[in-house]
Amino acid sequence: MSLSLFQAMVRMATPILFAALGGCLCERVGVINIGLEGIMLTAAFFGVLVTYVTGVPLLGFLGGLASGVAWGYVIALLTVRFYGNQIVVGTGVNVFGLGLSAFLSQKIWGSRGASEAVQGFESIWVPYLGEQTFFVYLGFILVFALQFFLFVTPWGLRLRAVGENPQAADTAGINVFRYKTLGVVVGSAIASLGGLFLSLGHLRFFAWGMTSGRGFIGLAAMIFGKWTPVGCLLASLLFGLADALQMRLQALGILPSQVILLIPYLVTILVLSGFVGRATPPARYEPYKKE
Amino acid sequence: MKRGLRLPLEVFAVGLAFLFGMLVLLVAGYPPLQALFALFRGAFGTRNALGQTLTQATPILFTSLAFLLGFRSGIFNIGVEGQFLVGAFVAALSGIFIRGLSFPVHALLALFLGGLGGAIYALFPALLKVYLGAHEVITTMMLSYVALYLTSYFVNYPLKAPGWVAQTELVASSARLPRILPPTQLSLAFPIAIGFAFLVFWFLERTVPGFSIKAVGMNPEASESRGIPVRKYQVLAFVLSGFIAGIGGGGEILGVHGRFVDGFSPGYGWDGIAVSLVGRLHPLGCIFASVLFGMLRAGGMVMTRVTKVPLDLSLIIQALVILFVAAPFFIRYLGGLLRRRRML
Amino acid sequence: MIALAVRGLTKRFGDIVANDHIDLDVAQGEIHGLLGENGAGKSVLSSCIYGLYRPDSGRIFLWGKEVHITSPFDAIRLGIGMVHQHLMLVPHLSVWENIVLGREPRRGIQVDRKKVLRDIEKLFEETGFQLDLSEEIANLPVGVRQQVEILKVLFRGADILILDEPTAVLTPQEVDQLLATLRRLKAQGKTIIFISHKLKEVFALCDRVTVLRRGKKVGTLPIGEATPEILAEMMVGRRVFFEFPKERVEKGGVLLTLREVSTNPPGVPLKGISFDVRSGEILGIAGVEGNGQSELVEVLVGLRRPKGGAVLFQGKDITHSSPKERIRLGIAHVPEDRHRLGVILDFSIWENLVLGFETEPPFRKGWITLNLQAIRSFARQKIREFEITVPHENVPLRTLSGGNQQKVVVARELAFEPSLLVACQPTRGLDVAATEYLRNLLLAARRKGKAVLLISADLDEIRALSDRVLVMYEGKIVGELAPESDEYQFGLLMGGKGFDEAGVASSS
Repeated sequence: MSLSLFQAMVRMATPILFAALGGCLCERVGVINIGLEGIMLTAAFFGVLVTYVTGVPLLGFLGGLASGVAWGYVIALLTVRFYGNQIVVGTGVNVFGLGLSAFLSQKIWGSRGASEAVQGFESIWVPYLGEQTFFVYLGFILVFALQFFLFVTPWGLRLRAVGENPQAADTAGINVFRYKTLGVVVGSAIASLGGLFLSLGHLRFFAWGMTSGRGFIGLAAMIFGKWTPVGCLLASLLFGLADALQMRLQALGILPSQVILLIPYLVTILVLSGFVGRATPPARYEPYKKE
Repeated sequence: MKRGLRLPLEVFAVGLAFLFGMLVLLVAGYPPLQALFALFRGAFGTRNALGQTLTQATPILFTSLAFLLGFRSGIFNIGVEGQFLVGAFVAALSGIFIRGLSFPVHALLALFLGGLGGAIYALFPALLKVYLGAHEVITTMMLSYVALYLTSYFVNYPLKAPGWVAQTELVASSARLPRILPPTQLSLAFPIAIGFAFLVFWFLERTVPGFSIKAVGMNPEASESRGIPVRKYQVLAFVLSGFIAGIGGGGEILGVHGRFVDGFSPGYGWDGIAVSLVGRLHPLGCIFASVLFGMLRAGGMVMTRVTKVPLDLSLIIQALVILFVAAPFFIRYLGGLLRRRRML
Repeated sequence: MIALAVRGLTKRFGDIVANDHIDLDVAQGEIHGLLGENGAGKSVLSSCIYGLYRPDSGRIFLWGKEVHITSPFDAIRLGIGMVHQHLMLVPHLSVWENIVLGREPRRGIQVDRKKVLRDIEKLFEETGFQLDLSEEIANLPVGVRQQVEILKVLFRGADILILDEPTAVLTPQEVDQLLATLRRLKAQGKTIIFISHKLKEVFALCDRVTVLRRGKKVGTLPIGEATPEILAEMMVGRRVFFEFPKERVEKGGVLLTLREVSTNPPGVPLKGISFDVRSGEILGIAGVEGNGQSELVEVLVGLRRPKGGAVLFQGKDITHSSPKERIRLGIAHVPEDRHRLGVILDFSIWENLVLGFETEPPFRKGWITLNLQAIRSFARQKIREFEITVPHENVPLRTLSGGNQQKVVVARELAFEPSLLVACQPTRGLDVAATEYLRNLLLAARRKGKAVLLISADLDEIRALSDRVLVMYEGKIVGELAPESDEYQFGLLMGGKGFDEAGVASSS
């Protein structure tokens, strides 16, 4: 593998990684987050919008992150507090993200296709990894922070317990709703970083539907990574490699991009079906009802 | 005091979604009532508008029926989009490559083969679920993307018609479903879809396999113990679901586009999930719900032309309907708040 | 000193009064037995004390001070711990993670593993347990899981322990170990509330005992003043061994034969079960719940494949027949868990009545069409015949009372003159009238020359209705008794003591 391909792999893996980590946290508390795509798209949009208005990328970053947190609360409210169907809520989030971003894009920039260019984050050079925005490094840090959080801290322990057996957690005196909400909100916020990477780190403008399925690939990576942060990282790198290869091969005209793009999805199906090691979710996707 | 919220929650959810949508307009500085008026006029105001609304409703009606049939057997087939695309693709191929048949035979055969394509595409996740325990939500979702990229590959490379657009050749005219309300694009696919709604209704309420599918969906263990082969009926429901989705895809190709165009579906399969919920998971309810969604799509275009309100308002309203319908307890909670207000 | 006092505690579920003005005093350092039959209200009472349910009225005092417990969190804070009947553990967490869950000692932002190990080591000394702390719960046998549950409660610093039927899931050796542990905890000054319906354990362990019956408190006695007879009477009331007017019925030939049937887990493995059932008899299967009765029924109705042995019905090998084939052969099944296996709550009455017969004419006409007219008139007829109180056949089954739901099940199962009826806990949770009705139905079936296999945890019911009784213990048939036999003999067998030990002749 050439160094530039390696660097492209890392770059393309980053948004997938954020989605996977976010999805992982949600699933750990028993919520399947189909809405990752919409969360990322919303964050990508608001990141650009706030940067466009203020001229400060950092504020844009915070704005996008806030949108992720807001989505997290909405999803938690509907699925945890009001027992809403997680998959339908997720679908709604995706449609909403697509609709709202295009609506406002049209209103503000007069085009639902793309925004004006904004200032993004500067790249930082690191040996081997090359010129990458801080998102890439943040992603790596988050992997280990989450691994630590989930498996070493008391809150991580409670989070895992709440997802797997809410009743047991409840009788152990843990506030199930609070921890479920926590998992969904933090998970959604992490996923929103993936959208911010695309709009503020990578392209530096907002384009219609710019996440192009990375939220779903993130879910796939999460499954392939067996619901652990480190597993998510490895799976994201693999899918990132597919993405990077896809662009090169397409440029060379060797293999059509579509064929490579569908690989992650096929791999996920194989994993779920037990052909490539068994994969069972850590929690059932059910709301917890008391009494 | 007991009165108040007697309307179905779904109606309440739709009303609330429109209200929120209007609020978005107000905040964004558009005239909400004018936009709403334009939307309705654009959807139902003229014969052509109505035709366009029903054209948009047709594929969604198919996909919602497909989702519903799976759901009633306890299967969450959220990959209707994939089966829809495969059905469309197979129907297109049948329309292009099968030669020597005359109109009704060719068109119906192509449509049927499309359905068969969708059914076979649904068979994979069905078997994976029943025999290997792979959760159908993920497998069907992933298979949707596989279908998207696969069909895209074919129409971009081996089957691409000359020209700039990634699309196949036109299907033979004998395979086209005739337009029934020219100059609109409304085709024979629409009455076929309505027919399917009644067919599904009949199937679920009046037949033995329909009865068994419902039983399996509501309580698989009791069904098993009463001698109903659960796996068999789950596979059957999955396959029928895929079949209807495939017919829907075929109807869209043979009725509207006449060829497989890359990316022709704006997510009809995903819409179907929401529509069947808005339709209270009832086949006939799906007819109304799909017309509602068709209205948002068709009327939205007119609204944009007339009032400059971005088309995507329709998407926002759609999303809100989905979110509200997903959590009936939330609506009930809001209703409770309202009632308390009124009592004070 | 009184550690825990309850005054006038009442808890209703709908129309059912699960706890009716209960008073309870538990002294510090005592083991207080809470005794009662299934459904007497023991679990509800303890759940109220532990904050899982909110009582409708009544007060709770701890160490003389009134407390308001609204959640398990409050209870834990106040030093109350509970070991639930269904263990509350997270399967894919390790032993130590389960023990510390919710009460994790912290060093910075980490769980302080060293302190955890130290603390648990101390608890090991107190309890005499010795466990591998890093093992996942999912890999442990039930007895060990219960030890984890006890450690969990002690780790939270509980002074008052509530154990809800802790022995129900244990083997005799495990029970002995548990009792020893509890005595040890008592010696260290812990207060223990021990819920049970087994007299033997109560006598072996408790200092005082409070008896509940049908949601009411009957009384509290020091164990020294109690005898098994007194307690049994308090539990079941002044109820004479009631004998149903059982007519003489000529027994027919052998209808069902089990030959050396054995099964694999999950569930209690069956070990070489053999017996015959003749037409015209009610064969009772007695035993403490969870000794393989459910698994035996699953084998009979075709929901579980045996590992070895054979099931013969009317001389035909049906070991591998599907549930459908068995229904067609005339095997009917009234399942123990009605809501899980017997009915579909969201289906209407008529749909439930026809469930499983919808493929048969006259209910099916033509290839796949349902004959709704025939089905509805069938349903109306059954509603009349079985006196099911409903407005009409279209209402969802969910809206019916338990007794009427059970009547729907029985009406369906008896609709096509089956020759064998497998009835599991047929009267569980039903009111007196419905119970009476169902018991008479079973006798009527017997009178008509059908065979009935009656599986019940209610020994009175078994003895009143059966012609013969087999006792199951740990997946085996450990003996056969006549229904008139001494309760003492039943008790011994159900407790796993074979005939030989009891000094009675052994039978196959």
